Amino acid sequence: MSIDVLMPALSPTMEEGTLAKWHVKKGDQVKSGDVIAEIETDKATMEVEAVDEGTVEDILVPEGTEGVKVNAPIARLSGEDSGSAPPPPKADPAKAEAPTAEAPKPAPEPAPQPAEAKAAPTPAPAKATDGGRVFASPLARRIAEQKGIDLSGVTGSGPHGRIVKADVETAKPGQARGPAPGQPQPAPAQAPAAPRQVQSLEQQGIAAGSYDLIPLDGMRKTVARRMTESFRDVPHFPLTIDLEIDNLLAARSKINGILGNDARVSVNDMVIKAVAVALKRVPEANASYTPEGIAMHHHADISMAVAVPGGLITPIIFQAETKGLAQIAKEAKDLAERARSKKLKPEEFQGGTFSVSNLGMFGIKNFASIINEPQGAILSVGVGEKRPVVRGDQLAIATVMSVTLTCDHRVVDGAVGARFLSAFRALIEDPITMIV
Amino acid sequence: MDFDVIIIGSGPGGYVTAIRAAQLGLKTAIVERELLGGICLNWGCIPTKALLRSGDIYEQLGHLGDYGLSAENPGYDFTKVIARSRKVASQLNSGVAFLMKKHKIEVIEGTAKLEKGSPAPKVVVALKAGGSRTVQAKHVILATGARARTFPETGLVPDGDRVWTYREALVPKTAPKRLIVIGSGAIGIEFASFYRALGSEVTVIEMLPRILPVEDEEVSKAAHKAFEKRGIKFRVPASVKTLTKSKTGVAVEIEVGGKAETLEGDVAIVAVGIVGNVEDLGLEALGVKVERTHVVTDSHGATGVAGLYAIGDVAGPPWLAHKASHEGVHCIEQIAGQNPPNINAPIPGCTYSNPQVASVGLTEAQAKEQGLEPKVGRFPFRVNGKAIAMGETEGFVKTVFDGKTGALIGAHMIGAEVTEMIQGFALAMTLEATEVELQATVFPHPTLSEAMHEASLDAYGKVLHI
Repeated sequence: MSIDVLMPALSPTMEEGTLAKWHVKKGDQVKSGDVIAEIETDKATMEVEAVDEGTVEDILVPEGTEGVKVNAPIARLSGEDSGSAPPPPKADPAKAEAPTAEAPKPAPEPAPQPAEAKAAPTPAPAKATDGGRVFASPLARRIAEQKGIDLSGVTGSGPHGRIVKADVETAKPGQARGPAPGQPQPAPAQAPAAPRQVQSLEQQGIAAGSYDLIPLDGMRKTVARRMTESFRDVPHFPLTIDLEIDNLLAARSKINGILGNDARVSVNDMVIKAVAVALKRVPEANASYTPEGIAMHHHADISMAVAVPGGLITPIIFQAETKGLAQIAKEAKDLAERARSKKLKPEEFQGGTFSVSNLGMFGIKNFASIINEPQGAILSVGVGEKRPVVRGDQLAIATVMSVTLTCDHRVVDGAVGARFLSAFRALIEDPITMIV
Repeated sequence: MDFDVIIIGSGPGGYVTAIRAAQLGLKTAIVERELLGGICLNWGCIPTKALLRSGDIYEQLGHLGDYGLSAENPGYDFTKVIARSRKVASQLNSGVAFLMKKHKIEVIEGTAKLEKGSPAPKVVVALKAGGSRTVQAKHVILATGARARTFPETGLVPDGDRVWTYREALVPKTAPKRLIVIGSGAIGIEFASFYRALGSEVTVIEMLPRILPVEDEEVSKAAHKAFEKRGIKFRVPASVKTLTKSKTGVAVEIEVGGKAETLEGDVAIVAVGIVGNVEDLGLEALGVKVERTHVVTDSHGATGVAGLYAIGDVAGPPWLAHKASHEGVHCIEQIAGQNPPNINAPIPGCTYSNPQVASVGLTEAQAKEQGLEPKVGRFPFRVNGKAIAMGETEGFVKTVFDGKTGALIGAHMIGAEVTEMIQGFALAMTLEATEVELQATVFPHPTLSEAMHEASLDAYGKVLHI
């Protein structure tokens, strides 16, 4: 019996991914637990383990194929039960036409467009993402081409979701699948960002050949889409305060003196800890807006923005309010490293209740981040630098760090944000209170 | 509640709807005042095809020499020709009765009238067997069909003797020696073709500038020529002033090209259009909207009166059996919550004369009227191998594509067996094919259908065999 190995879903929302690498080849023996392939999504690379034993009968999706649909067969194993599955008789032209009961089908050549060929049949509307097969009538395809409509963004009204003439006639050029109106929290599906720009660069006076075009990868598309949706759909506002961090730096020195070089704590780690504790003190700031109501999160799961080649990713320190600084520092370091090498597991970057983004190391004084939906707020941390401060009527010098809280006004009002920042200030300026 | 659905009329609209209703698990009844199968099976599509077959074969006998064949004294027995046609109709009529029984559809024989009711109008049936029966269903579908239009003021009223409609024309005792056909739509042309094949002197009068006026102009022109070649005479465009009857025949006064003319014949067939059967159904009292003898409905057949629907001829043109069946199935599936696919399927039309005429979609002129820039292809049967082998080289295939999108928007054919081929173009249009798919489709050789392929190629300058 042959067993199809299916494209795994690395996360509940994953629709497709790239088959990055095969660790096995045709004819290899595999047993349960063997790593057979690496799958890449826009955010992570995952290893696929064999769940069955057998011989790799065929690789159905070649290495490097993008847009492989979840559940599409990617390889075929011939199982142990070889008695009922004799290998197909070879090279006997006389018998070639005799149907062999239960014999595996002749191994198909790897299709040039496996994602298309192997797309799992689904009765759902033809909302295919990149690389998936779009069911559309010939005329609909022609009109879409003429109007510059991306069919993957059109919902088909025909039988089995087939896109017909009427669907493309009502579609607008450049239209892609966007959130339905009134749907404030679009599913984090890996849909392409709406290509709002209809005119080509050429049409806008930038000569062809005067630039290199880097294709949009999954991460770039996701960043583009999520940030566009958030900035457009979330009513957001910034609140900025300056913090004196000399006490914090002194505390950090002491702590690092104790922990030693292997486990040094950064300012950012202390910011994460302070944010987590502040969120426990002002729980209204640890909340998400949903159409059904305000979700008050039980824990402060802090997403920390990590710049990675080609984009950024936000791995999470879960339940940061329960963790000591040393633990946070250790986790943060590990997560950041694995983020840069694309080894994060989906559950390590999906979720989070509050984000921290720190550009202090680049000398940025102050900035306001875009909300990371569905979180209610994000804290942008600037550089800590010596600045003149006024004490009483005296001018003095202190190490000052500006932070800006961007709030989703649907869930975090101005006063809530201010209370959170006040609690945060107390913790940062008097770090010993963090351990209370 | 007696039934889930009651269908009034058992023509190709009604009985097909009833079968589909039963398949969907609905308790169904159908009311028929005359014969199961309606006009189509009993007095229309089917018996005329039987007659035309006799006519075609008889006409072929006149050309036996072309095929190297001979026969002595070919002739016909008109009574037997008619009897065969009736037998065919009767066989299909029993077929419908069987289908009703098989699907456990109750057939109520009688004439229905609607009265106010809830959730749908009540159906009061004056039973054929006497008495009356009132039945209530959740849904009532009108499928009462249509009948020949008549003009009493000019004498265009059938009398069963000298003036016929399709109905009398199907069962005469003898073939008229001189026949005048008023109206050159499909019905008029088919009778003209049949009686001409049997040797009648036939004159067809058409009020509009060309015969088969709904067809593409080129097809009308070719048909005119082909029929003239067979000896049919035309008066086009001509208006009928009066029709007067005598004991031995009819005299039809017409005006053609501004001049008056009187045509004399033994019999006149009135085929000047169709009116919906909307009378005596109680529609007015229910507030059903009727316009120009047809019930007004939405795209699912709903009339606006709760629980009342209308499909087929009574719901408006085109008056075609297949359109009625199509609407009926859609209507009942919608009622049953099946969400039938909303496909904009074009309705083909066929005329079973000799030569045959078939078309679907827009004519070239209609395409231009709609502001489209049609790309037109043509291919004559005279250079088609199979047509030459068959000795059927008359006619052509014409395709009309939207020049902008390449969509096939119309197809028009005249020639042998074209009524069997038009579905290919209908399928292409339903699937929204463009010239690319039609040109890429492999047509078997040798067939008449290769002309369809060539006409699709020709529209884009790629025709091969010319």
